[in-house]
Amino acid sequence: MDNLLSIVTFIPAVAAAILAIFLRGEDEAAQKNAKWVAMIATTLTFVVSLFILFDFDPSNTGFQFVEEQDWLLGLKYKMGVDGISVLFVLLTTFMMPLTIAASWNVKTRVKEYMIAFLILETLMLGVFMALDLVLFYLFFEAGLIPMFLIIGIWGGKERIYASFKFFLYTFLGSVLMLVAMVAMFSDAGTTDIPSLLRHEFASDSFSLLGIHIVGGMQTLMFLAFFASFAVKMPMWPVHTWLPDAHVQAPTAGSVVLAAILLKMGGYGFLRFSLPMFPVGSEVLTPLVLWMSAIAIVYTSLVALAQEDMKKLIAYSSVAHMGYVTMGIFAANQQGLDGAIFQMISHGFISGALFLCVGVIYDRMHTREIDAYGGLVNRMPAYALIFMFFTMANVGLPGTSGFIGEFLTLVGVFQVNTWVAAVATTGVILSAAYALWLYRRVVFGDLIKESLRTITDMTKRERAIFAPLVVMTLLLGVYPRLVTDITGPSVEALISNVETAQAVAQASSQVAVADH
Amino acid sequence: MQADLNVILPEIVISVYAIAALLFGAYTGKDKMAGMLVWLTAALFAVMALWIGASSGGGTRTAFDGMFNDDGFARFAKVTILLSAGAVLVLGQEYMARRDILRFEYPLLVALAVVGMMVMVSAGDLMALYMGLELQSLALYVVASLRRDSAKSTEAGLKYFVLGALSSGLLLYGASLTYGYAGTTLFSGIIDAAEGQAPIGLLLGLVFVLAGLAFKISAVPFHMWTPDVYEGAPTPITAFFATAPKVAAMALVARVVHDAFGDVVGDWQQVLAVLSLLSMFLGAIAAIGQTDIKRLMAYSSIAHMGYALMGLAAGTVFGVQAMLIYMAIYVTMNVGTFAFILSMERDGQPVTDIRALNMYSKAQPGRALAMLILLFSLAGVPPLLGFFGKLYVLRAAYEGGLAWLAVAGVVASVIGAFYYLRIVFYMYFGEEGEGLETGRSPVQWAFLMASAAVMLLGIINMFGVETMAQAAAATLVN
Repeated sequence: MDNLLSIVTFIPAVAAAILAIFLRGEDEAAQKNAKWVAMIATTLTFVVSLFILFDFDPSNTGFQFVEEQDWLLGLKYKMGVDGISVLFVLLTTFMMPLTIAASWNVKTRVKEYMIAFLILETLMLGVFMALDLVLFYLFFEAGLIPMFLIIGIWGGKERIYASFKFFLYTFLGSVLMLVAMVAMFSDAGTTDIPSLLRHEFASDSFSLLGIHIVGGMQTLMFLAFFASFAVKMPMWPVHTWLPDAHVQAPTAGSVVLAAILLKMGGYGFLRFSLPMFPVGSEVLTPLVLWMSAIAIVYTSLVALAQEDMKKLIAYSSVAHMGYVTMGIFAANQQGLDGAIFQMISHGFISGALFLCVGVIYDRMHTREIDAYGGLVNRMPAYALIFMFFTMANVGLPGTSGFIGEFLTLVGVFQVNTWVAAVATTGVILSAAYALWLYRRVVFGDLIKESLRTITDMTKRERAIFAPLVVMTLLLGVYPRLVTDITGPSVEALISNVETAQAVAQASSQVAVADH
Repeated sequence: MQADLNVILPEIVISVYAIAALLFGAYTGKDKMAGMLVWLTAALFAVMALWIGASSGGGTRTAFDGMFNDDGFARFAKVTILLSAGAVLVLGQEYMARRDILRFEYPLLVALAVVGMMVMVSAGDLMALYMGLELQSLALYVVASLRRDSAKSTEAGLKYFVLGALSSGLLLYGASLTYGYAGTTLFSGIIDAAEGQAPIGLLLGLVFVLAGLAFKISAVPFHMWTPDVYEGAPTPITAFFATAPKVAAMALVARVVHDAFGDVVGDWQQVLAVLSLLSMFLGAIAAIGQTDIKRLMAYSSIAHMGYALMGLAAGTVFGVQAMLIYMAIYVTMNVGTFAFILSMERDGQPVTDIRALNMYSKAQPGRALAMLILLFSLAGVPPLLGFFGKLYVLRAAYEGGLAWLAVAGVVASVIGAFYYLRIVFYMYFGEEGEGLETGRSPVQWAFLMASAAVMLLGIINMFGVETMAQAAAATLVN
């Protein structure tokens, strides 16, 4: 199959088109059909995407399954995956059937809901596979539209504010990246990502408006891309859209947001910022590292003070993404492997935590921590699952959460010991807020009158959590599943970056000597 | 002489048609022929567009000693003008007929305005330019106040006339200065006079001419008439104002700056860049408070003209190509959007308040989805065609050395996204309230859907417009 990637990408979109065109009515039967079509389409996507994994050759550090078509403006429709992106594709196709299953109780406008999620899946997959700059941007930005609608239509009380904030915040971040992309296009004469990875962008320092810019164009382009990815990630201090969006989004929306959409920022750093602007990255690495360290500590402290379960987990997500940026800009094998690992693992864990909140929200229609307590008496299975993912979130050895945090910390320790020291306190803080949340919700006596009749998880809910538990444990005890695939590509990336940085340094020394 | 007339044959055909139909209408005195005339005029436009489009391999021909050019650039603009004018005519037919304002003069005035536009985009001389511009404007002043018994419509017409006359004055003043310093009104002569160090009087003339033209494309700070005229004029006429005349005026600006002042790019580049910057920001910011969808579209069109000017300000072949593509996409989006606006009504009365769209998506999922696509396209969000328009002009601006303008443009587009999202908000997230009626006109439905489909499917290959615009731009800039 020459166009396996396109097939995987567009199965959900085709299903969405089928729903839009052929499904009529709002009655029970139509709703059921919509759900099943979405379920089958996402499952099929997952199954087909497994072929990518089977045929993937980890020792090959280049792009595989490449397909190419000419397009407008000298752009190309070009798709491909390498060791860095292939796991994100799998993560996406893996999570989507679960989110559809988690949405089984949606009552309003089911057809549109499913269409929005299917379109979103196509766009997310496209982001991870695109090998053309503008094609990447297209998928990256287009994802805002369905997510805007998902939050705005099916969200909570403050959904309007949250959806506008989500859209405008991320849109503003991204348009600057667009200008940088145009600049790259003009400079390199191509938007082909593999060619751009080999292209050396000018890194001679110059002055702009009286400011001396070390690293020149590379630093400016890095900053423009940074504006987009840091918002998407999200990094402190531009993370404020995330808690709002998470709290107001429906459960499935939160899951997709936490498990996949946030990973786009990290993927962008890995694909663009670090390899394409090595000198710019070098200049700004201290800034990024310290921002990550601050993010980890600050957002963990903020999480401690939250009254809303989803908000707490949202802040915890920001903290965990701090490890990712830290690992990426440590720019060594452990750091990058750890960052990718952390993203994959966080995809499972945070997705599961939002689903945990969704389980009790479906029953009680509140996310206030104070409204719960003593759930273990009525919901033992739920208590177990929630405990498992709380521990994974804390980073208990044996779960995948531990590997990612540990590797990134090891990576950054070699680069900047102080940052590593500050970030490590985040591990303690995360234990504090996560366990405290768990205690307040699950343990204690069941004193709330309203909780007396609450029921334990249904079969459907258990079935959703089962694959997530398996993946979290599996990656926790056998991390090579991930690192074997990412390793060679990461190694190649690092050696390219280091060579480029060394060349730039040598040439700048020559320039100084000439003076 | 024979050869000259051959070159302007399409203009002659439309003029003769308009005059003949006018006589016919005047003698029979029947407005009930109006509906038929609308379709006939639109059909004539379509045929002319096909004819002009088919002769696109014809190279460059000039007539009347260079006063009139028939080149690839003019043909591209003419086809766009004719198609959009035809589309807007049939769009509004049912709306106007039901409100008893469909007079037989309407399609004929539009036809004459279109002739004016065709002369504008082909002009090779300041006099030809002025003639075309005035023919277009006079016809438009009349159609703006077509609804004689409505104070708003009359006001719109009068405002448009007074400000339009002022802009014509500015233009003429600039033209006379240019003539004084260049010794000729022919573009080919002016470009020789401007070679090397252009005399200051010539540059002053250039600035005045540009100011006059900026009125026509409603670029800030010459935009004041736009919201009032858009709001006051009957909606089908607003739709017309938003499409064909904008293309014509924008093409005219391109022609003047490249054909007559192509050697002093640096001098007009600054002017256009500032106009572009101001238009983008004012269009984005001033629309935020609007609740009337027609006023909102007025500001939206101001912002869009800013982006088109950004392409032009680059001063390169690619810039002109980007501008042409941007205008083609802009016109397509606006035809669809106005098809939607025309169908907004309650109890038979037109509604223009966007709050009336509350939960429109529930009552009319198909139309709401099409409008959603158009709105995101207007906002320039990928993957829709509107984004590609922006991408072209951004690239043109960046490569033309205007990186700061590109950055400003994308920032303005984020601000502008807010008010498009607000319409989406009413359509999809609002509270349920008194709904709008189901649109009755299948023509409007068809145009809305077609326009949305183009925004979605056009990203595959843009229907070949890219190469056409490239060829057109190449004939203008040398």
